[in-house]
Amino acid sequence: MSELKLPSLDYAALAPILILLGAALVGVLVEAFVPRRLRNGVQLALALLAVLSALTMVILNADDRLLTAGQAIAVDGPALFLQGAILILATMALLLIGERSVERGGAFVAHAAVTAESPDDRRQAEGAGGTTEVYPLATFAIGGMLIFVAANDLLTMFIALEVFSLPLYLLCALARRRRLLSQEAAMKYFLLGAYSSAFFLFGVALIYGFTSGIPGRTAGVDFATIHAAVADSPASRTLLFAGMALLAIGLLFKAAAAPFHVWTPDVYQGAPTPVTGFMAACTKVAAFGALLRVFHVAFSGASWDFTPVLGAVAVLTMLVGAVLAVTQTDIKRLLAYSSIANAGYLLVGVLAPSKDGLSGTMFYLVAYGFSVIAAFAVVTLVRDADGEATHLSRWAGLGRRSPFFAAIFTFILLAFAGIPLTSGFTSKFAIFAPALDANQAWLVIAGVLTSMVLAFPYLRVVVMMWLSEPGDATPTVTVPGALTSAALVIGVLATLVLGVAPAPLLDLANGAAEFVR
Amino acid sequence: MSNFPFLSVLTVAPLVGALVVALLPRRRPDLAKLVAFGWSLLVLVLSVIMWIAFQADGDRFQFRESYAWIPNWGVNFTFEVDGIALVMLMLIAILVPLVILASWHDAEQSKRSVPVYFALLLVLECTMIGVFAAADVFLFYVFFEVMLVPMYFLIGSYGGHQRQYAAVKFFLYSLVGGLFMLAAVIGLWVVGGKTFDWQALSQAEFATDTARWLFLGFFLAFAIKAPFFPFHTWLPDAGGAAPAGAAALLVGVLDKVGTFGILRYCLPLFPEASRWFAPWALALGVIGIIYAALLAVGQNDLKRLVSYTSIAHFGFIGVGIFAFTTQAGTGAVLYMLNHGLATGLLFLVVGMLIARRGSALISDFGGAGKLVPLLAGVLFFAGLASLALPGTAPFVSEFLVLIGTFTTNKPVAVIATLGIILAAAYVLWMIQRTTQGTLNPTLTEVDGMRRDLTLREKIVVAPLIALIVLLGFYPKPVTDVINPAVKATMQDVGRTDPAPAVGTVQEAAK
Repeated sequence: MSELKLPSLDYAALAPILILLGAALVGVLVEAFVPRRLRNGVQLALALLAVLSALTMVILNADDRLLTAGQAIAVDGPALFLQGAILILATMALLLIGERSVERGGAFVAHAAVTAESPDDRRQAEGAGGTTEVYPLATFAIGGMLIFVAANDLLTMFIALEVFSLPLYLLCALARRRRLLSQEAAMKYFLLGAYSSAFFLFGVALIYGFTSGIPGRTAGVDFATIHAAVADSPASRTLLFAGMALLAIGLLFKAAAAPFHVWTPDVYQGAPTPVTGFMAACTKVAAFGALLRVFHVAFSGASWDFTPVLGAVAVLTMLVGAVLAVTQTDIKRLLAYSSIANAGYLLVGVLAPSKDGLSGTMFYLVAYGFSVIAAFAVVTLVRDADGEATHLSRWAGLGRRSPFFAAIFTFILLAFAGIPLTSGFTSKFAIFAPALDANQAWLVIAGVLTSMVLAFPYLRVVVMMWLSEPGDATPTVTVPGALTSAALVIGVLATLVLGVAPAPLLDLANGAAEFVR
Repeated sequence: MSNFPFLSVLTVAPLVGALVVALLPRRRPDLAKLVAFGWSLLVLVLSVIMWIAFQADGDRFQFRESYAWIPNWGVNFTFEVDGIALVMLMLIAILVPLVILASWHDAEQSKRSVPVYFALLLVLECTMIGVFAAADVFLFYVFFEVMLVPMYFLIGSYGGHQRQYAAVKFFLYSLVGGLFMLAAVIGLWVVGGKTFDWQALSQAEFATDTARWLFLGFFLAFAIKAPFFPFHTWLPDAGGAAPAGAAALLVGVLDKVGTFGILRYCLPLFPEASRWFAPWALALGVIGIIYAALLAVGQNDLKRLVSYTSIAHFGFIGVGIFAFTTQAGTGAVLYMLNHGLATGLLFLVVGMLIARRGSALISDFGGAGKLVPLLAGVLFFAGLASLALPGTAPFVSEFLVLIGTFTTNKPVAVIATLGIILAAAYVLWMIQRTTQGTLNPTLTEVDGMRRDLTLREKIVVAPLIALIVLLGFYPKPVTDVINPAVKATMQDVGRTDPAPAVGTVQEAAK
C-alpha cells in the first residue's frame, strides 16, 4: 500500500475561505459564551469583519492563477472576481440582516421550532429579541459559496453546495412575521434542494464512470480529467449526456431556472426579506459561477451538445419569469419571478462561449446583485402595524407619502426594465452582444421579447406608487436605520454608476475572464 | 467660434437647469418657473449662436465632438449635426421656452409639485437635444430610451382624464419599439466591426439579408415613435391626456425623432434595404394620411383631434422621405419643422381654450369667438396653418413633398393630395363647432371664458405666428441649411432625382 500523500495547501490563496469558515465557528462559540445583550453587536461585528478581511485577501490575491489543495480549488480570474462579488454583496446583505431599528428585535424570531400561531409564537413575534445564530449561519453560507465558485472538481463542488445550502434552509424559516409562510418556505426549499442535490450527486457518479478507461489517466471528477474524457473517452456518450443533464439540474435549481424554478416565489415570499435579498444576489452569483465553470471548463468540448438544450432552458426561463411576473400581486413574488427571468438572461451569457461572454455574465451578476439587494431593502421599509406590507395594492400612492423611497424604488425598477443609464441596460448589453456575436440570435430575440413583457409588471408598480391616489391602507415607510441606509445607498449608487460608467468594472471582468484548468 | 463645444453644452445645460429647478423649495413655485424659463432662454440664445456659426455650404456634419465613454464596447460621446438635426435643435430651443411660458399655471391644477413639473420639462429638453445631436448609435439609443422617462411622468402625474392609462400605453409602446431597436443596435455593432460611430458604420457594407433585418429593427422603433399607421394608437391617448404644453412637445418634437431616425439611421446605413422596403413604407404613409384624417373628422375631443391630425401629417413626412427625391426629402424635413411650429401652436391654443372652459369636448363649446375673439382668431390661424394654407409655412413643405413624390410615384402623390381636402374638413369643422355659430349659453356662465388672451399668452403665440408666416413666404434660410443634408442622404440611398419632365413644375417649387 502506497503512502498517503498530503496535498500542499496554498494558505494565502485559500485565506478568504478559511477566514469565513473560521469566523463562523467562532460565531458559534460566541453564542455560547457572550452574554445575550451583547451578542447581536458582537456577532454582527464579527461577521462583517470576517467578510471584509476575506475581501481584502481576495483583492491581495487578485493576480493569482493557480490550482491548490490537490487540484480541488482553482484560484483563477473568474473565481476571484466572483468571490469578490459574493463578499461585497454579502456585506450589504449582512447590513440588512443586522438591522434592528426598523422592527423591534429585528427581522428574525428567536425560536423557529415553536408552533406557528400558538400563544408562545405570538409572544415571540411581539418584539422578543431575535436569534443571533443567523450571523454564523450566514457566514457559513458565504464561506460555502466562496468554495462553490472556486471548486475545481465535482466532489468539492458538491460539498460546497451543501455547505451553503443547509444554512440557507434554516435562515428561510426564521421570519418574525407570517411564521407559517416562513416555515413552509423553508420546508419546500429544503425538500426540493435535497432532491436537486441528489440529482447532482448522481450526475457526479455517472461522469466518474464516463471518465474511466482513458489510456494513461485515472478516472476522476476533476475538471481536467472530465475535459480530457469529453475529448476521447471510450465510454458511452450516453453516460456523458445523462451525467451532464443531472449536474445541470442540480445547478439550475440553485440558479432558479425553469422548469426547476417552482420553489423560488414561495421561498422568496416566505423567507425573511433580508435573507431573500441575500439569496437573490449571492446565491445567484454562486450558482452561475459554478455553471460557468462546469460548462466552460469541464464540458467545453461538448458545447455543441449542451448549447441547444441549455438554450431552450434559457428561453423557457425567460418566458416563465416574464409572463408569470405580469400576474403577481405581491411585491416579493414579483421580484422572485423577475429574478427567474434574470436567470434566463444570465444563461444567455453562459451560452456565449467567448471571453466577452464570460466577462459579460460576471458583469451582469454583479450589477443585478446590487440592484436586487437594494430592491429588497426598500421592501423591508414599506410596512404597517403587521410588518411588511407586500401586497401591491398597499403600495398605491406611496410616491405621495414617501417620495424619496418611491423614487429610489422607481429607479431600481427602471434598472430592472433595462432603461439606459442604469446598470440594467449595460448588463443586458454585456450579455446580448457576445451572444449575438456567437450566432445565438434566437436567444437575443427571446431576451428582447421577454424584456418587453417584463417591463409591464415593473411599470405597474411605478404606476401604483406615483399615479394612484394614496388610500387609507397605504402603509408608511419606516425611516431606515443606519445599516439599511448604508445597504440601500451602496445598491442604488452601484446601479447608477455601473449604468453611467461601466468601463472600470468591465475592464476588471475582462481581465479576470480566463479559467485555469 | 466653431471650436466651442456647442452640442455637449447644449445637451448638458438643460440638465443642470433641471437640477437647479428641482432643488428649489416647493413653496416658491414662481421662482422655479422663472428659473426654468430663464434657463430655456439661455439654451435658445446658445442655439441661435450655433445656427449662425453653422456653415450651410460647409461640411455635411459640423461641430463634431467626441469623448471616450465605454472603451470596451467602442462607445463614445460623439456629437455632430447636419442641417436636418440643426433645424430640429432650433425647433426644440424655440418651443421649450414657449411651452414653459404657456404651462405657467398648468402644474398648480394637478396638486403636485410645481418645480418638479418644470424640472421634468428641462430634463426632456436635455434628452431631446441629445437624441438629435448624437452621432454615436449607442448614445442615440440611450437618449432615445431615457427620453421616455420624463415624458412618462409629465403625462402620468400632470395629465388630465385617463392619464395613467395613457402614460403606461405611451411608455410600453415606445419601449417595445426601443427594444426591437436594441436588438438591431447590437446586431449592427456585431456586423459593423464593433463600433458605434455613425461615420464608420455608414461606410460599412452589410450582407443583404442582415441589412434588411437590421433596417426592420430600426424602422419598427421609429415607426412606433413617429407614429405611422398602424402603430399610432398610443398617440391620441397620450396627446389627449398630456397637459397641453407637454403635448405640444410630444407631438411637435418627440415624435420627430422617429422620422429623423429614419433619415439619419435607416436610409444611410441600410440603403439597399431602404429601397427594398420603400413601397411598404409609402403605403403606410398614404394609409396614415387618409385614415387618420378621417378619424380626426369624427373626434369630439380637441386634443385627440389635434393628435390625429398629426398622425396624418406624419404620413406626409413618411411619404416625403421614402419618395427618394431631394425635393420631397427637403419638403419632409421642412415639414418636420413646420409641423412642430403649427401643431405646437395649435396644441398650445387649444390648451388655453380648454383651460378656460374646463373641458376638452368640442360639444361643450360653440360660438366661443364671441366671448374670446382674439383667442378664437389665433385658433383659426393655427388651424389654417395646420391645413397648409398657402402663405403659411406648412404649405411650402406639403407642396414640396407632393411634387417631389409626383415625379417618382404618381399614384401615391395623387392619393396623398386627397389628404389636403380632408385636412380642410377636420380643421374648418372643428373651428366652426367651437368658435363660430350661435353662442352656447352655458359658456357665458364659465368665468374663464370671459378672459381673452392675457399678455403672457400673447407672448407665447406671437413668435410662433411670426415664424409660420415668415417661413411661409421666405423659407430660403431654412431650406439652404436642409438641402445639402438631404442631398447627401439621398446620395447615400443611391437615388438621384429624375430629370424634370416639365420645367415649370420645378420652378414653382422654388
